[in-house]
Amino acid sequence: MSSVGHIEAPPKRVHMPRFGGAALSRGFVITYLSVLVLIPIAALAVRSTEDGWDGFWTAVSHPMAVDAIILTILASLAVVVINAVMGTLLAWVLVRDDFPGKGILNSLIDLPFALPTIVAGLVLMALYGETGVLGIEGISFTIAGVILALLFVTLPFVIRAVQPTLMELDLEMEEAAASLGARPFTIVRRIILPNLAPAILAGSALAFARAVGEFGAVALISGNIPGKTQVAALFIYSRIESGDMSGATAVSVVLLAISVSILFGFHMINRWSTRHGR
Amino acid sequence: MAARGIADSRINVVQGSRRARLTMRTIGIGYLLLLLVIPVITVFIKAFEDGAANAWETITSPEGMHAFWLTLVMVVVSVPLNTIFGVVCAIVLVRHKFRGKALINSLIDLPFAISPVVVGLALMLVFNQRDGWFGPWLADHGIRVLFSPIGMIFATVFVSMPFVVREVVPVLQEIGDDQEQAARTLGANGWQTFWRITLPSIRWGVTYGVVLSTARALGEFGAVAVVSGKISGVTETLPLYVSKQYETFNVSGAYAAAVLLALLGLATLFAMNLIERGGRKRDQAITNTGHTPGTGLSRGEETR
Repeated sequence: MSSVGHIEAPPKRVHMPRFGGAALSRGFVITYLSVLVLIPIAALAVRSTEDGWDGFWTAVSHPMAVDAIILTILASLAVVVINAVMGTLLAWVLVRDDFPGKGILNSLIDLPFALPTIVAGLVLMALYGETGVLGIEGISFTIAGVILALLFVTLPFVIRAVQPTLMELDLEMEEAAASLGARPFTIVRRIILPNLAPAILAGSALAFARAVGEFGAVALISGNIPGKTQVAALFIYSRIESGDMSGATAVSVVLLAISVSILFGFHMINRWSTRHGR
Repeated sequence: MAARGIADSRINVVQGSRRARLTMRTIGIGYLLLLLVIPVITVFIKAFEDGAANAWETITSPEGMHAFWLTLVMVVVSVPLNTIFGVVCAIVLVRHKFRGKALINSLIDLPFAISPVVVGLALMLVFNQRDGWFGPWLADHGIRVLFSPIGMIFATVFVSMPFVVREVVPVLQEIGDDQEQAARTLGANGWQTFWRITLPSIRWGVTYGVVLSTARALGEFGAVAVVSGKISGVTETLPLYVSKQYETFNVSGAYAAAVLLALLGLATLFAMNLIERGGRKRDQAITNTGHTPGTGLSRGEETR
């Protein structure tokens, strides 16, 4: 904002009519969102209450549903922990280190966002599946396969969240610490990590949300074995295929609740980190 | 001596000791190679394992070609819809003040957080012809949404909705509305202001959002799988075709179709990098006119 703009701006600027009428564009946005997002989600919520609380509870507490939900949460937690560590490490390598080919490496990070999820699953099957070319024991139809697929699709989140923060990090703090005799490990633990924490958390929250709902990448590699590799999204899909809408809806509502709370947490982290200034 | 010592310690602080740096570099690159690079290369090799003929046949079969065209239809319909919505919504969110704005702002992100299968199920509950909310009424009027391309478009639009909004909002916030205000004071109407001032300054943000939406629309699997019914040659997109081929044991055919999708994905990635490198930097130089350190005032002055 330049000071010139402030002087010239008329005090009535708020009342100025906007493009094509504020009401029109606002109405368009609200209608579009309602038809596409609100109504379907409302339908889901209403359907889940149709059988009453008991019906919902029976569907959710079905052993297969419970297994699927627990498996989803555990696998997603494992994925988030690995992502937090590897993502921070990779962000550090991409920002602070310098070597030939770094640019290419940096652009490869977005590959999982560009690649269709079904291809992501297939890609991992090609290398690590039962007829894997590495000669190691195949990971298809195991929980390791599910986690690997989730790691693939969630790779960019933490890296892309941490990178800009790391770039803006003031080097003088680290230099001051070093000149006062702090060892590199101490600097990482006491200065770098605390500064990166909000970014790591934000990236992890997005990765968790993605992992909890992922379907395409795990569809082929998991083998969809109940109690072993059948994550919640696969469970819902199987229920829809067999026409059990109550079961599908109940677990969907649980997933929806998890998604919404993660989203809420993500906004909280963002607000907190902007308030505390970088 | 002393100067060199300081320079050394500076490098040490920034990059860590040489050994630590090399270790982290090796771990990082190794992780990316094992998770991303080698698997993607393997798919390209495996696609042609049973000969190029089988790969070619799988892609050019009537079902394969239909899947390819249907995928393009999904992109061509859903991306423009979401682009128009995205630009209008971003303007509404940044430039307007009204109650319920925070609600809209958080609703926008929902498609990112919701599982695609849940999206598919939600649409099914609205549109199924037996007991859906709108399904029976639409069926009476001869419109079939579920198990038809219309439903698949609904699903694709849902999952790719936030991209353009999320790319344009920060750009709009950054450029401020000084220039728009100036145009209005000089007598431009809303449309003129939008076409001459607002759109040119957000164009790279819009383009980036369009590229991301395209990638998502091309590859959407879960939501489309639920609402399409996966009817070969009718409602089968490329991702569904890949999974069908794999499940019917035409593995190399599945890899071949996957390679086609992967190439589209790689093209997207390439476009993303081009925009990131060229467009966005220029955008900042223009919009920030001297505010961003490093972009330099001179380029900003030129654009005035």
